[in-house]
Amino acid sequence: MNEGKSEELKAAEKKEYQNLVNQTKPKPPLLSHCLWAFAVGGLICVIAQGMLNYFQFRGMDQINAGSAVAIIMIFLGALLTGIGVYDKIGEKAGAGSIVPITGFANVIVASAMEFKREGYIFGVGAKIFSIAGPTLLFGFTASVLIGLISYWFK
Amino acid sequence: MTAPKKLGQQSVKFSNPPVISAWASIVGPKEGQGPWAKDFDKILADYLYGQSSWEKAENSILQEAVHTAAAKAGFDAGDAELLLAGDLLNQIISANYAARQLNIPFLGLYGACSTMAESLLLAAMLTEAGFFERVVAATCSHHYTAERQYRNPVEQGIQSSLSSQWTATAAGAILVQPGGNGPRITCATVGKVVDMGVTDPANMGAAMAPAAGSTIKAHFEDTQRTTDYYDLVVTGDLGSIGANLASQIFIQQGLMPPPNYSDCGVLLYDGLPDIKSGASGCGCSAAMLCGPLLKKMSRGEINRLLFVATGALMSPTSTFQGESIPGIAHAIAIENV
Repeated sequence: MNEGKSEELKAAEKKEYQNLVNQTKPKPPLLSHCLWAFAVGGLICVIAQGMLNYFQFRGMDQINAGSAVAIIMIFLGALLTGIGVYDKIGEKAGAGSIVPITGFANVIVASAMEFKREGYIFGVGAKIFSIAGPTLLFGFTASVLIGLISYWFK
Repeated sequence: MTAPKKLGQQSVKFSNPPVISAWASIVGPKEGQGPWAKDFDKILADYLYGQSSWEKAENSILQEAVHTAAAKAGFDAGDAELLLAGDLLNQIISANYAARQLNIPFLGLYGACSTMAESLLLAAMLTEAGFFERVVAATCSHHYTAERQYRNPVEQGIQSSLSSQWTATAAGAILVQPGGNGPRITCATVGKVVDMGVTDPANMGAAMAPAAGSTIKAHFEDTQRTTDYYDLVVTGDLGSIGANLASQIFIQQGLMPPPNYSDCGVLLYDGLPDIKSGASGCGCSAAMLCGPLLKKMSRGEINRLLFVATGALMSPTSTFQGESIPGIAHAIAIENV
């Protein structure tokens, strides 16, 4: 398509093609995606909030109740991933099921399941954080920085 | 001086057109739900096919496709003289491990999803040249092996883009011989690598469409055939978005759009719900060719077919490094003569 042409012409052709590609690319149904994300993400939060209220009602203090809820939600995310349900929720809900803590459990368990056939060391061990890794790295880094800031400026 | 069998810039013409004497296709469960189920030789009940991993399942369907094609021609797979095969996985392990079991002299190929056309055109050339009399061209892909290599873990809950394609689970094998009954390979066009700067790996149809356009244009220029010469011009796995772009590229290049133009990626899952832009993978064009298309040719419903398998030649490494996606396409004219 672009043999024997100058670099400028090639660049112009590429740009023109890029415009054509952008025109033909289907637009995602943003409103329905947003509604799905809101509904599913909201539902996950409502379930967690319900648990939190229940634990506090049964006499746990807020910090312990929060930890217990996080543990249970991570377990549920992992369980739903393991039985092949979470990816189906994610296909509909998008960010609604990725952002909550259950989504974090999902990426870790999905990676572990995917690479189990390469063994526990170089498969599961090496690849379990292949998707969650960046979140962990930058999450830890941010927490250290914020900790230092709060220590110095308190 | 031009080589005697060369035609124009990029094409070759066969003076004794090699014969496609047998073919076989095996597809996965999803492909078996599509409109062509009765045209495939076998439909898998599940993605593991009795193996302990998806990779093993992939190479075993490739082996089985070769066995089935050979059996249809009335001999053992081991009697084939040459196997030309490739697939999508790193170091083309499906083809290599299938060849380990098949015990046929083997040349491994990599042309991404264009492998069916690449292997078939080489098989035709080697047969016509008189080096071999029984050459098998084969390729395969598996949805879950491709997903884990190119995209995300299967169980990860993410929303796929509307322009994304579903890698087909399928294998196809074609036996090429110098004589006998069957459709013949009359000419072929070797494609150039074309990169128009598409970087979105979720829109591979757009990345490959310019390569398809380039090869198809070269084919019609070299052979001096008109676009209505063929009963069907079919690209490999552009999907609905890529096929739409290809149609626009034909016009831009001053080429009359072929009246019966379609794409295997559009056809394979035609009518199934929620298939986004369609099918992709080596197995997509291989299954369509070794299933419905050659069957229609043998029944005389199609007499002149231009098969243009398309490939996206990137890897996850090049994608992460911000490289654009180069495409390639090879065209093969298959005719009842």
